Amino acid sequence: MKEEIIMAGFGGQGVMSMGKLLAYAGMKEGDEVSWMPSYGPEMRGGTANCTVIISSEKIPSPLSSRPDTVMVMNLPSLEKFAPMVKEGGTILINSSLIAKEVERDDIEVIKVPANEIANELGNSRVANMVMLGAYLARKNIVKLDTVKKSLKDVLPERRHDLIPINEEALDRGAALVK
Amino acid sequence: MKLVAGYPDSLTEKPFHYCPGCTHGIIHRLVAEVIDELGIREETIGVAPVGCSVLAYEYFDVDMFEASHGRAPAVATGVKRVHPDKIVFTYQGDGDLASIGTAEIIHAANRGEKITTIFVNNAIYGMTGGQMAPTTLVGQKTTTSPFGRDTNTAGHPIKISEMLSVLDGSAYIARVSVHDPKHIRQAKKAIKKAFQVQIEGKGFALVEVLSACPTNWGMAPVEAVKWLADNMVPTYPLGEFKEVE
Amino acid sequence: MGEKILMKGNEAIAEAAIKAGCRYFFGYPITPQNALPEYMSRRLPEVGGVFLQAESEVAASNMVYGAAGAGARVLTSSSSPGISLKMEGISYIAGAELPAVIVNMMRGGPGLGGIQPSQSDYFQATKGGGHGDYRLVVLAPSSVQEAVDLTMEAFEIADRYRNPVMIVGDGIIGQMMEPVEFKKEIDPADLPKKDWATDGAKGREKNVINSLFLDPRELEKHNLKLKAKYDKMKEKEVRYETYKMDDAELVIVAYGTTARIALSAIELAREKGIKVGLIRPISLFPFPEKIIAEAAGKVNSFLVVEMSAGQMVEDVRLAVNGKKEVYFYGRTGGMVPSPEEIVEEIVKIGGAIK
Repeated sequence: MKEEIIMAGFGGQGVMSMGKLLAYAGMKEGDEVSWMPSYGPEMRGGTANCTVIISSEKIPSPLSSRPDTVMVMNLPSLEKFAPMVKEGGTILINSSLIAKEVERDDIEVIKVPANEIANELGNSRVANMVMLGAYLARKNIVKLDTVKKSLKDVLPERRHDLIPINEEALDRGAALVK
Repeated sequence: MKLVAGYPDSLTEKPFHYCPGCTHGIIHRLVAEVIDELGIREETIGVAPVGCSVLAYEYFDVDMFEASHGRAPAVATGVKRVHPDKIVFTYQGDGDLASIGTAEIIHAANRGEKITTIFVNNAIYGMTGGQMAPTTLVGQKTTTSPFGRDTNTAGHPIKISEMLSVLDGSAYIARVSVHDPKHIRQAKKAIKKAFQVQIEGKGFALVEVLSACPTNWGMAPVEAVKWLADNMVPTYPLGEFKEVE
Repeated sequence: MGEKILMKGNEAIAEAAIKAGCRYFFGYPITPQNALPEYMSRRLPEVGGVFLQAESEVAASNMVYGAAGAGARVLTSSSSPGISLKMEGISYIAGAELPAVIVNMMRGGPGLGGIQPSQSDYFQATKGGGHGDYRLVVLAPSSVQEAVDLTMEAFEIADRYRNPVMIVGDGIIGQMMEPVEFKKEIDPADLPKKDWATDGAKGREKNVINSLFLDPRELEKHNLKLKAKYDKMKEKEVRYETYKMDDAELVIVAYGTTARIALSAIELAREKGIKVGLIRPISLFPFPEKIIAEAAGKVNSFLVVEMSAGQMVEDVRLAVNGKKEVYFYGRTGGMVPSPEEIVEEIVKIGGAIK
């Protein structure tokens, strides 16, 4: 098993921390993992992104040019990363902020109204967890339960009061895909 | 029998290489006597500069470093942070401290590094053969200011003691001279204070010592100390600029 | 200990230094390695150590000289332009035979260059860098775990030879997070005492830390002593890893981040039926020339891949010594080669065709 994932969005949409959470949970399940923040010319244009690789074997390059999955939280990220998705791969789109359709028929498209759900829960900042929940339900790479249990290790202690709402957001995202 | 004069324990027996009439020898001896009198010879680590006193590590009989040009305060910082209970001093000339090493001395002073600096100011580069120093007097002829230092193109004599005394990290700053026995006694007192300040953990201490360079000034030794008193002292007033209680 | 934690390369190196008994850090901010000093500024006070942000890299490297001469395990870190400034202190540290560890998270140059990953300081790191006839042991990790292991080893090597050791990485190694495990922890109090260090000449002859030898005969003697030390390093400290060399017809030589990317390229090339192997130098000095010379007797050709305009390739050519063709593929300026580009290059040079 080897899964290469790119997560992208505006700075502040929490793409770095959803990547860290996913990588951390992968490590807890005994997999090889790497997390690589956006680093390079792609940092321009207001998008932040990170690459997470989860594998049962040693990870060669920590960068990904043909990701299995891409999660995009905003339109510039869709335009940048949709063409990169591997044939037969998956793209998850934050449909709350992206109206545009994906112009490819060789990949699976999952629309996640991440901001709407997050707002329903009372905190727009958990949109990233809605997205991650949907991803976890679609791809059986890391268990939802492991991700939830990892929250307390990845979130700084002063944010631990937000664990319940993060868990709820993960569940709501997962329910969308099931 | 009472010993009234002797050779300081903190000096090795190696003969100085300094030119006749050079006052480095006097200043070395004053530092060594102070170290002896304070009983800190086995606790002291010295840092020698690049310049005429580059070989100071051969003369002081304490643990020594030879530093790169101007960086003695940085080297001393490294040593003092590892051994905060030991006594660390730098011995630097004017090219070393007041030109290439200005950043290091200012920041060591500003951090309040608990070190002692002996700053020997003879208004010229000695070892490289008499070039203009940042402390060279206005109008003074050197091999790189052959028509005399012109403030319009070469700036002004830099007043290190005044500069460092305004920094909050400095605890003791004094300027002394060694052109006659009276001033030599005063110089020793200031050097002793500068070590005591360190022992008491008060902060950074520096003694600027006006010094003669007969060779590069092109003067006989007696003439040189007279020139120092007549010309350097008016530009570089003597006294204690700062003393933190 | 023994538990895996997810850490950034920069922070993992900092923690590894602490676990190796290092309690002193002197540095100056520069991208992309700031996470390392920032970590040290939090962590060192917890273990009774000293973090000092110096006024410049020049000062920082001279503080390292002072602390190393005073007998401590000491670390500094920077990135390319800052390392150039540190070269003054590094040359003195090498000349005075002091142990110290220096981290260079390389970025593109020359001049101010850029802040993206690069391997363009290979010459500077391995051929001396500062003035004078000296060498650093240069170690190039390609994963965060290896960065941890090599950092801990770097302090041992530095003490063993009384010589500075440089860890070279880039922004990818520094900013990437991977699981790491710290396998041991050294209490600085348990380290053997350095009888040459300056800590006050109590009941002994004075110690002098110095690199000045005005008598040319003395300096030559000193230079030959240093050379003998470097020869011993060449004998004992060579580190490398090989991958799929058994049936390889073409071998990639790459280090650090580039070697990781080369592994992905090898997967792709082998899917196409091209038999490619890898030699990954871990120590850049001493350079693993023997294994490369041996490989020259077996494979058809070499492809050196670097994030530079071609630096390590010169050492590979020396080791191959004309026996086989040595090709080069490099990206520069902070551009990172992709596995696909490397495969294209492999196909172009027809490395697998006899």
